[in-house]
Formats: sequence, C-alpha cells, structure tokens
Amino acid sequence: MSATIVEKIFSHKCGSEVRAGDVVMAPLDGAMIHDITGPLAIQKFYEMGGKQVFDPKRIIMLFDHQIPADSIAAANNHVYMRKFAAEQGIHNYDINEGVCHQVTIEKGRAAPGEIVVGADSHTCMYGAAGAFATGIGSTDMGFALKFGALYFKVPETIRAEVTGKFQRRVGAKDLILAIAHDIGADGATYKALEFTGKTIRKMDMAGRMTLCNMAIEMGGKAGIVAPDKITWEYLKGRRRMKPFALDSDGDATFAERRTYNVSDLEPQVAVPHNVDTGVPVSKVTGTHVDQVFIGSCTNGRFEDLAEAAEVLGRKKFSKNIRVIIIPASRDEYLKTLKAGLIEKFVKAGALVEAPCCGPCMGGAFGLIAPGEVSLSTSNRNFRGRQGSTDGKVYLCSPATAAASAITGEITDPREV
Amino acid sequence: MAAKKTIPVKKVMAPEGPVAKNARVWKFGDDIDTDAIIPGRFLTINNPDELAKHAFEGTRDEFAKKVKQGDVIVGGRNFGCGSSREHAPLALMGAGVKVVVAQSFARIFFRNAINVGVLPITCANADKIDDGAKIRLALQQQKIVADDTEYSIEPVPAFMQGIIDAGGLVEYAKTIQEIPVCTR
Repeated sequence: MSATIVEKIFSHKCGSEVRAGDVVMAPLDGAMIHDITGPLAIQKFYEMGGKQVFDPKRIIMLFDHQIPADSIAAANNHVYMRKFAAEQGIHNYDINEGVCHQVTIEKGRAAPGEIVVGADSHTCMYGAAGAFATGIGSTDMGFALKFGALYFKVPETIRAEVTGKFQRRVGAKDLILAIAHDIGADGATYKALEFTGKTIRKMDMAGRMTLCNMAIEMGGKAGIVAPDKITWEYLKGRRRMKPFALDSDGDATFAERRTYNVSDLEPQVAVPHNVDTGVPVSKVTGTHVDQVFIGSCTNGRFEDLAEAAEVLGRKKFSKNIRVIIIPASRDEYLKTLKAGLIEKFVKAGALVEAPCCGPCMGGAFGLIAPGEVSLSTSNRNFRGRQGSTDGKVYLCSPATAAASAITGEITDPREV
Repeated sequence: MAAKKTIPVKKVMAPEGPVAKNARVWKFGDDIDTDAIIPGRFLTINNPDELAKHAFEGTRDEFAKKVKQGDVIVGGRNFGCGSSREHAPLALMGAGVKVVVAQSFARIFFRNAINVGVLPITCANADKIDDGAKIRLALQQQKIVADDTEYSIEPVPAFMQGIIDAGGLVEYAKTIQEIPVCTR
C-alpha cells in the first residue's frame, strides 16, 4: 500500500500500517530539552510522579538560549537542569556545544526513520536528517521523559517539489521564505512538509536544514527530506547506521503537491511582522538597518558564514550599524575559524560571539530599541521578537545580510 | 484516547467555572504568536502568576493590568503560532484566563493549552465577536454566547478529550503506570 515517508516512519515504529489521521502512541528515539523549556519539562516529569527517565541515552540536554547565564534566574535554571542530568545519568552538553538543533543533528542524535521530539518549535529541522521530528511543549516533554512515548496524530503531507538552479548568491533561505509566502503562516498546520525534486537532491545538508527548520513557520508539524547519499555521507562518523531506502511512494496520498522552480528566484526578504510576508529584495532595497545578525539554527552553519564571507570579499561592514555573527555550534565555529573567516569578520568590524541562539529570540543579548531595525538570518520576525515591540525585524539569507551589512541598508547581494 | 473512565468535564473547569459570570472578551486578531503572549526575555520565569504580570507586554499593556479572573480571550486564525513555549498558556492561566476561543489554533499551543488546563475552543466565527463582549459557554450544546449572539463551536478531538477529562496531562499521566506503545 502506498504511503508517505511520514506514514512509513510511524508504521515502522508502530509495527502496523498507520496512515495520516490515525492517532498513535508512538515510541520515541530521542527527546531534546534546553535551558528555556527544560526546567518546566523536568518539573512536569516530577509532578507526573516521574522517578527515572525512560532512557537517559536517548535524552539530549544542552543550554543555548541564555548562555553564558545572562541573569541569576537563567543561572538557576541551568543549575536545576545540571542537577537533573546528574541524578538521571543524562549526558549534558551544557553551554559548550551550541544551538540545540544544530548540535542534535551534528551529534547523530536524529537519523533516518527515527521519531524525535524536542521542547522547541524548530525541532522540525531534524527532518533534514530523514527523521520525523516535531516541537512539543514542556508538559508533553515531561510525559515523553517519563514514558518514552507520546501521542501523535499522524500528519498528512504537503509535498513541495523543487526544480531549477539557484542564481548566484540565492539559496535555501530565499526558497523557504518564498515557500512560506506561498503556503502562508498557517497553511501547513498539522501537516508535514516534504521537500523533494532535483534541486533538493543536489542541496547540501546545510541548505536542507534551513528548509526543514522553517516548516513550523507555516504551522507545519515536521519538515522532511528523504535520506539519500548526501544524508548518509553526512551521518558517517556521527551515527552508526546502515544506509537504507526511505522515501514517499510516488502514488501516496498527499494533502497537496506544490511545485517550485528556483531558476528565476530573487533573494527574498520577509518584512515585519510575519514570516509569510516574503518579497523580492528589490521591493525593500534601501531600507535602513541598525543591526545585522548572521547566525541561528536556521543559518549559522559554516556554509552560511562562508557565503557571507564571499559576499564581504575585501570590503568592511558599515560603521553605522552593529553586525553580530554567531556560528551555530562549536564544530561550525571551528570550521569557520580554520577557514580564516572569523578573523576576516572581526577585521571587517563584526562582533563574533560564541555559539548560542544570540539575538534570535530576544531573550539574552543583542536586543533592539524602539524604532530600530534588525536584519536577521534567523527564522522569526514577530513584533518584539528581538527586543522592543516598537522595533522591526526583517528576515533574509546570509548573502543578503552580508551585502546589507556592508552598505547599512537592505541590499541585493547580487549587486555588491 | 483510551481513558479508563470518563471524569466529568468540570474538573478542568475549576470550581468557580472557567468563565466568570461577568466575563468580558479580550479580542485579538490573526496570527497571535507566543512571543506576543509572553516575550522571550521573561522565559526564565516558570511561575504562572509571575508570568501573568508580563502577558502581552508591549503588545497590549492594559491586558495584564485589567484582566479579571474568568475573562476570555478571543482570537482569529492561527492563535498561538510560533515558539513552543508553554509559558504562553501558563501566563494566560496565571492571569485567570482559562478559555481561549479562536477561529483556528497553532498546533503546539493547542496541545500545550489542553495539557496545562486552558481550554482552546475552535469557533469558525470567532472574528465576529467584539472586544469587551459579555461571554458565556454552553459546551453541552456545542455553543458559546457572546453579547446574546450564539456561535457554534467545534468539538475537541476525541483523543484530547481524555486529557481534558482528567484535568490536564499531568493528572492523566498519574493515572497510568505503563504506556501501551502504539495503541490506537
């Protein structure tokens, strides 16, 4: 019987054929908690009568949102979680590794065919590694920690088939902003978003992560790319697993099929205050910016930073703005460092921070004042997301961010 | 959900009822995100009463000051989108809001709300309800009444009803020892 990739994952895990719409109690291969939503999840675990977590080896713990602790309250949350990790025998990556989603994939803690949950909405990023992964709240996470299983309504799938070749300095972020504009902020609610087609087959893991990361911005329960050579190659040395075939059947039942051709795609910018407001960069060229942020789980990988560096060339960043660059993980930081790019960014006038979420969620540092404008490679531009509710956040690719950081206003990266 | 026995709905409704007698509607628009409900800089707080002091801060400052126990929030489409922070329904709970009515909900908020004991009610015509309207629930009749106009509402998915009946997911979890994996 034909099935989508998501239906296949649930069927395999449940040992019987399940289809979209079925409600199942599915076993979990992994559960991720971080410093913002973790304390509540642990509290709920105890309130449920939890004594031992289902399997300490399957729990991924790290701190990334408020590190190093930016307040006594944050420090206390970290202490509380460290205590839990020690008590339960959970390996805690603590403040050392970087942004949760990047680290989870990098450490091979999400792999093809697995079901992974995370107490963070961008958990859907692990679909880039062929896993079914979804964000949950803290109480659901408390339940997951205790039982190692969770109720799921198996989602329908929207299949996005992507063809064509990107123009120079146009890429995955521009594509996903265009898709978000097309599908809308709630167009994929309760659904999985599967990315397929020739363009995706050629896309590197970094780009696939950017796509899957933003499935939630359309309400999606998961983003997913069927594992292929590129996936298995990436997983080598990260996860011991024999490659196997896993893909949607061509005649599976999809909620929708959408096609995109990227050949003529312009760099995209999502304007305040929603993610589905993507417009071609030409519509907002010249908009003054006060702060540029290049980083986050969406676009903080080496490939992203290398693209920003390529656009920068021998130029300097504008003296009139703040440029904050944050690699998404320790590994990505080291790659960037070894390539000489950190030095290049610092010399060009940027502030390069240690791996963490940074200004993305407006909780720790890099907040904007009333009236200020942030241009960011992260995933959300909601009112107040990066500080004042009277500020504005625009979203774009690393190339557009770098080009704009040079001029001090929103700039087409193809024209720098 | 295979709940052993159905506990009456009143449990999640709290003794005084979820909606106060003179409850008013706090009306919001489409795509109300959880950053708006509780901004990121307050997420080190885990206590509902403390969170409530910052509910909608910067978005609608009068809310935290004037909201009364048992008031109701009414939103448009995609209420609670964005971040998975459970601090959002907790902040509403701390503010005394135990019912949110919307045309549609974002998935994670919907589930979080039920888990912590805030009832999300889907109502196709929620956008027609005015800010400040007097509101009451008639759940048995699948209706809500706002300023004397009746609006039909959608039933909660069956598998979520078991959690509501138990009084939230924590209470539900206490009733089970082992989870029959892959039950349907």
